Amino acid sequence: MRKVVGLILLLVLVAFLVWGVLLIHPFGYPDASDMDDYIIQNAQEETGSNNVVTSVVFDYRGFDTLGEATILFTAVTGVLLLLRTEKRRKEGS
Amino acid sequence: MDHIPFNFPFLAAALLVGVSFYIIIFKKNLIKLIMGVAILAAGVNLFLVSLGFRAGGAAPIYTNVTEGPMVMPVPQALTLTSIVINVAVLALMLTMVIHIYRHTGSLDSEKSRKMKG
Amino acid sequence: MLSKIVRTVTNEFMLFILVFGFYIIAHGHLTPGGGFQGGAVIVSGVVMLLVAFNSQELKKTLHERALSIMESTGALIFIALAFAGIGAAFFYNFLVGTPIFGRIPATGPNPGDIWTGGVIPLMNFAVGLKVIAGLSAVVLAMALFSSGEEIEE
Repeated sequence: MRKVVGLILLLVLVAFLVWGVLLIHPFGYPDASDMDDYIIQNAQEETGSNNVVTSVVFDYRGFDTLGEATILFTAVTGVLLLLRTEKRRKEGS
Repeated sequence: MDHIPFNFPFLAAALLVGVSFYIIIFKKNLIKLIMGVAILAAGVNLFLVSLGFRAGGAAPIYTNVTEGPMVMPVPQALTLTSIVINVAVLALMLTMVIHIYRHTGSLDSEKSRKMKG
Repeated sequence: MLSKIVRTVTNEFMLFILVFGFYIIAHGHLTPGGGFQGGAVIVSGVVMLLVAFNSQELKKTLHERALSIMESTGALIFIALAFAGIGAAFFYNFLVGTPIFGRIPATGPNPGDIWTGGVIPLMNFAVGLKVIAGLSAVVLAMALFSSGEEIEE
């Protein structure tokens, strides 16, 4: 019973994936790229760095990087909280 | 449909996501489930990067670059964030598997399903 | 703990990995790279140290308190740089034009100049520090947890 339901679910999801691949734009010719054209033209004057990807990560979209740093901090805190080794004392204090 | 064939990167990304769906639905071992989630992350990252390719384009860095069009830089920035988030999620999942193995003694997801006490 | 040859070679290699990682972090605004990528390179060097030496030995060098302080410092520097240009906007690049990191490169292809970039190289250092300390602590905690079961008295 569980295998039948799983198989139907898998077929539905694979059908969605194949339908998406058939309807997407051809590889190498994207449609709407006005924002990226503006960023490539003006990144050297406004931010002053040669690397356009770094200027997007830290200057044009710096708020996403702040969220990502918070996620990294929270994950490290969670892992260090769950993996504690405490020595048990011999006396029952 | 006049642009069928050479969407190979999108086809590869869809194949990876399909394999990961099969693993998550049908497998019971906990380590295999974690590997399925990692393959799903790889498929999604590949799809994001190959959305921004321009034919004949160079890398979007101005240091000693040849002339010509440049590839779109925003999907690459989003992929960087996605990779770091996937690392964090996988670290937490592995920690929970370590704890489940210590408490129940087996790596079967059917045995650690019932809640006790 | 592995044999003496492996330990000696690991000690020698760690210096080159550190230099390579800091080169990738520092030139984040000129070549491909940046804070996250350089931090991952250095953490792979720490994993190499963990494989060659025992995790109990490594715990005497990398204290947990030092790693925690390093990570919090990186996060605080990042937020302080974000708030420093609050006069115009939240993440405003307030160092472009000032003599600290503020030269503007010529438009078009050019050999890079390291004193450009504004606030971006400082943010690269902060994020690199955070990634190094965070992932090293996670790897060290996992190794200590799985091997420390025999020493509970």
